[in-house]
Amino acid sequence: MKPWIGFWNILLKDMRNYYLKPPNVSWGIIFPVAWTLMVFIKSSGALDVLGLLPGVMCLSVLFGTTSMLAVTITFERRSRSFERLLIAPIDLNLLMLAKTTGAIVFGIFNGFVPVVFAFFMTDLSGVNWPLVFGSVFLIAVTSTFLGLFIAVSVSEVFEAQTFSNFFRFPMIFLCGLFFPIQALPVFLQPLSYAMPLTYGADILKTLISHDGHMGLLMNFGILIAFSLLLFGASTRNVKRKWIY
Amino acid sequence: MGILEARHLTKTYGDFTAVDAVDFSISEGEIFGLLGPNGAGKTTTINMLIGLARITSGSVSLDTADYTGNVKSVQPLMGIVPDESNLYEEMDGFHNLCFCAALYGMPKQRREQRARELLDRFDLTEAGSKPFKAYSRGMKRKLTIAAGIIHEPKILFLDEPTTGIDVSSARQIRQMILDLNRQGTTILLTTHYIEEAERLCHRIAFLVRGKIVRTGTINELMKIVEEQTIVQFKLGNGHLHLDKVIPNEFTNEFTELTAETGSDGTLTVRSRVPVDLMPLMRFLDRKHVPVFEAKIIRPSLEDVFVKVTGLEIARMKQEKEKSMQ
Repeated sequence: MKPWIGFWNILLKDMRNYYLKPPNVSWGIIFPVAWTLMVFIKSSGALDVLGLLPGVMCLSVLFGTTSMLAVTITFERRSRSFERLLIAPIDLNLLMLAKTTGAIVFGIFNGFVPVVFAFFMTDLSGVNWPLVFGSVFLIAVTSTFLGLFIAVSVSEVFEAQTFSNFFRFPMIFLCGLFFPIQALPVFLQPLSYAMPLTYGADILKTLISHDGHMGLLMNFGILIAFSLLLFGASTRNVKRKWIY
Repeated sequence: MGILEARHLTKTYGDFTAVDAVDFSISEGEIFGLLGPNGAGKTTTINMLIGLARITSGSVSLDTADYTGNVKSVQPLMGIVPDESNLYEEMDGFHNLCFCAALYGMPKQRREQRARELLDRFDLTEAGSKPFKAYSRGMKRKLTIAAGIIHEPKILFLDEPTTGIDVSSARQIRQMILDLNRQGTTILLTTHYIEEAERLCHRIAFLVRGKIVRTGTINELMKIVEEQTIVQFKLGNGHLHLDKVIPNEFTNEFTELTAETGSDGTLTVRSRVPVDLMPLMRFLDRKHVPVFEAKIIRPSLEDVFVKVTGLEIARMKQEKEKSMQ
């Protein structure tokens, strides 16, 4: 029970101090709108909302989760307030979960902002929402742990930002949202399959626009594997590099 | 058997040995001081004890339980005040304290009550609603100490508690440390201020280049220099230019003495045998150096430290202050 009091309060503190600040909330709303507009302008015709929705949701989750977490953890480490958490009687795995849950919740919120807009623009009645929620949750978890992995691999805030983009931007173009993976040059295709977002995007495409090409079960399995791998690597890095 | 025991505690970074087979034992209710210059290994030693640094070799135990490699099991018993205040800048004092209490699993009502109690005790009630970033250095330090004891730990680790803060806050903090100890908290304190260690600690260990060179109570340590007689002369103004000449001539004439001049116009003479003042006075008179005052000085812990470690205190202080800026 006692460690969970710590868990809950770390989560609440992060939500108040970082995620629920007005600039972040507005970012969570503006970002999906900007993506929708960009694709709308590019399509120069009737807007295929259902075809567009999986992509915008995926990107919103990816940016929502990775943008804050990598920076806040690096910042807290620089100001040494992260040490306060490391010396508390909370298991390191639970502590890292507490630090990441805020980003996961924020990512899920970001992911559903485009759904709210889409609700007014098209018929979403045929969508399996529990499964969509499950997949958005899993995409948020994987992306957050990717952000965590980045945060614990660098020591400066600017490095965290640069390193995040190094992962995020190739993912946008190689995950099959804008260009089908099969249409990519052969040498880039293995890279696409090495990225967690590819599987998240495929789940959402299957559930919303019905044009995914991998099995749901396999996609979920791979995302879970990515999450475990990234979380394990991150906590290992913390033990190795921060408890020196 | 002490409440905290460190046996052959060693920390190496590659070829560099930061802490070299350190042994000490702290008794319950004691204030134990680790005294040493910058880079002596004080903070690394504390970090190993609290779980912020991995132990290369050796072992540590708290309350007879060996916790080497398993620090989480004893962290609820530890209160930690790092050398830099590391609370959350955006949060106010009250919520910082509540948050720290929550990390130790304290229920909401209890932690709020305890936070109010501590704000009151540390004279921070009014500042409790202000963000931590608006605090002065002294206030930050006080709140960081309050955060370290909010869960009523059995042992408190204080790393350089008064470094870089104003005299009045430092005084208040020293009093708080004594009060905490009177209430039963065992304290491990690191400092580079000798007078602070002398005033606060029951026992002191001198840590130099990662090694403990001497441990003892103040009385035990003072025995090292007790046989020394120190006489301090206050010389007249205008004779400071004799800085080098006077000590040299002094030691030439009185071979059993050592002498040095201070920048404040004093001449300090040390001897292993009782000193007859009259010949010294006559010597100074012959040199036309007016003497306004002559007094016998009890050797201090500083003299012990200098004798045991061969280090200069003034340089040690300067280095630390510089590193804090």
